[in-house]
Amino acid sequence: MTAMTKKPESPVAHLTTEDIEQLGRELDAIRQEVLDSRGARDAAYIRKVIKVQRSLELGSRAVLLASLFPPAWILGTAGLSAAKILDNMEIGHNILHGQWDWMRDPKIHSTTWEWDSASTAEGWKHSHNELHHTYTNIVGKDNDLGWGIMRVDEDQPWTPSAMLQPLMNFLNMCIFEYGIAMYDLELGATLKKRKLGIAPSARFKRELTNTLAKIRKQATKDYLIHPLLSGPSFLTTLAANLTANFVRNVWSHSVIMCGHFPEGVETFELSAIPEKETRGEWYLRQMLGSANISGSKLMHIMSGNLSHQIEHHIFPDLPSNRYAEIAPKVRALFEKYGLNYHSAPLPQQVASAWHKVLRLSLPNGWLEATDRHNLVPQLKRLYTMVTGDRRTRRQLQKELDVFLEGAAAARTQPA
Amino acid sequence: MVSVPAPAPRFFRRGATTGGRAPGLGEALRDRLWRVAEAATTPFAPADYLDLFHPLRPGADLRGRVVKVVPETADAATIEIKPGADWAGHTPGQYVRIGIDVDGVRHWRAYSLTHGPRSDGHISITVKAVPGGKVSSYLVRRAHRGTLVHLEQAAGEFILPEQPGKLLFVTAGSGVTPVVGMLRNLFPVTDEGVVRLRRSAALDVVVLHVAPSRPDSIFIRNLEELDTAGAIRLLPRYTETHGRLDVEELGQLVPDLAERTTYACGPHGLLDALEAHHQRHRLSLQTEQFRVGSVVTAEGGRVTFTGAAGSGTALDAAGDTPILDAAEAAGVLMPSGCRMGICFGCVLPLKEGAVRDLRNGELTVAVPGETGAGGVPIQTCISAAAGACTIDH
Repeated sequence: MTAMTKKPESPVAHLTTEDIEQLGRELDAIRQEVLDSRGARDAAYIRKVIKVQRSLELGSRAVLLASLFPPAWILGTAGLSAAKILDNMEIGHNILHGQWDWMRDPKIHSTTWEWDSASTAEGWKHSHNELHHTYTNIVGKDNDLGWGIMRVDEDQPWTPSAMLQPLMNFLNMCIFEYGIAMYDLELGATLKKRKLGIAPSARFKRELTNTLAKIRKQATKDYLIHPLLSGPSFLTTLAANLTANFVRNVWSHSVIMCGHFPEGVETFELSAIPEKETRGEWYLRQMLGSANISGSKLMHIMSGNLSHQIEHHIFPDLPSNRYAEIAPKVRALFEKYGLNYHSAPLPQQVASAWHKVLRLSLPNGWLEATDRHNLVPQLKRLYTMVTGDRRTRRQLQKELDVFLEGAAAARTQPA
Repeated sequence: MVSVPAPAPRFFRRGATTGGRAPGLGEALRDRLWRVAEAATTPFAPADYLDLFHPLRPGADLRGRVVKVVPETADAATIEIKPGADWAGHTPGQYVRIGIDVDGVRHWRAYSLTHGPRSDGHISITVKAVPGGKVSSYLVRRAHRGTLVHLEQAAGEFILPEQPGKLLFVTAGSGVTPVVGMLRNLFPVTDEGVVRLRRSAALDVVVLHVAPSRPDSIFIRNLEELDTAGAIRLLPRYTETHGRLDVEELGQLVPDLAERTTYACGPHGLLDALEAHHQRHRLSLQTEQFRVGSVVTAEGGRVTFTGAAGSGTALDAAGDTPILDAAEAAGVLMPSGCRMGICFGCVLPLKEGAVRDLRNGELTVAVPGETGAGGVPIQTCISAAAGACTIDH
């Protein structure tokens, strides 16, 4: 995806400054409606989800005490996976957003909550709430865009190492909770700085200590205490816990990729964001930079209502159970202002996101220019680009660019 | 949740060592088991799971369950509560802070305990629904058997000395409740009538009760019953018939006023007048007051930081400026994040005062003794002062 402002046709060109501010006011009105009606029903909802999660976890762990018995293993592992997903998605993510702070219940509060994950609540709140939600989809500023390990935009120069990114993304998916912990620590940036002789900050050292302590506790629980409690089922329980953590990693990685990564979701240039972005402009960026997943009620809950990523990004602090309710109103505003409400079923969004990872791992235009008939010459060209020097690479890229322009021109010309 | 390591609950500690003896084998085992339970439930605490099944168990955060709601007048009710196992008991005249969820939001209020210690271990409070009062209206009209409430241990210095002698109680409106608590303990009422206990034989009690009218008086029947039995002397003063009470009349109403210790409970206008009167006449007085005056003044106000980071800085913040900006301009090192109300990186506890949400004008008020002990968390980046505020930072 090319940053929105660099596109020949901006998707917001038809909106005036006044339109954008009016859009902001209309969204504020939706938000206010929810705030005014927030009450006992919502409180009962989150308490119920927490109760279901804890009961499911207790029950599954109890069943796993006999995990040597295959049906028990399957049932326990499935239950534990679901419980771990609920803990991270519908409960942890949303409580840490402060969505339930209004209840003034010290047990369900963003400042006291901790979750079943390798990353500490404190570190995650900084990187997620503060950086990602404020600088959503601004290339280079929002690390969620490729988690700092991927090429996420055509404008980022292509290097042969980018070809590893589908593999990197796959590995990140498998160990996602540790990936998030490293990313919350800004481990990559800190290591780079260290090479340049810049000492890590006090904040980093503190966060590192906390994260390592958390990882140790988490691992002790899943890979030592519960297997030991299972006695003869030690190994099978260990495998069950590994599997449950893996299932959650794959699931949360997939859901999160769908939020901002599918084809067609806009990215932004830092230089094009006004110094004082108005509330309307900020809303607009959230609207264009997010994508929803359509599906059943169960899917919405298991995704932590991140399936309503658009609504969540516009109103990150509204209770998650309300996103589904306001979605039709938000969608109507998209239509009214001529904007694209990006929503598709889960398999489609996951495929689209992976397609983008693959496409950007290759030189700009290569995937588009390749079909069955020219596969061999195209592979040769790619090989030359990977092995050649920068000049060769530039030269071949120019040829691909010409192809891309031709294809674009053909699309706009009437048949 | 629970990031602070909690001490092992009492039921795991029973049989604890006394007098500096080395820990016994049983205790060491229990401690170890508890640590295993903690390691098995991290990042939560075992209590978070136990709460699902037994919220009133020993070692749990102190809670209670409503067992009965008895209407007293048209707008008052007595709520009987079974407190959690760790309830430490109370002395008549003390109050309890109760946290209750109204429309999903936890509110804390202090109420007098209306019974002395009871044999069934239950406690009770009597609540008058204040017009516009969220919590009192909820308790009187919507609380029901089974409602779970949060409690703190009983507190309050408004209790009788061992040898009380001659007493005068001045009560106004719902201020009668702690007094009724004391009287019930001194003169238990059974089906056979008022029991005269030996320890109460020497008591000489006058109750001057102020209310708009008789039907508006909670507990008036209880007071009248005690009066009929000769346990107390009741002097009702109904504003609608007798006119407003002037404290200067006290000497005529209670001729032996000088010999009595006065206990007064009511709104602070009355208490202030009594204090001035008793000081002038050098009389002894003990007062109790629950509600404080309104904290919301004109927009803007003086913001004081009391914690280590703010080190007592006080500044005048305008009503249209986020407290975060005002504090930073005054040189306070503030936690901050998105500065637009979404990331909750700037949340600090408001200990006292009122702030206004700049996005929708909503007021958040913190009253010591009413809102939570830790203050009300506010987002400083979208909150402006609406009156004087104290923030812990």
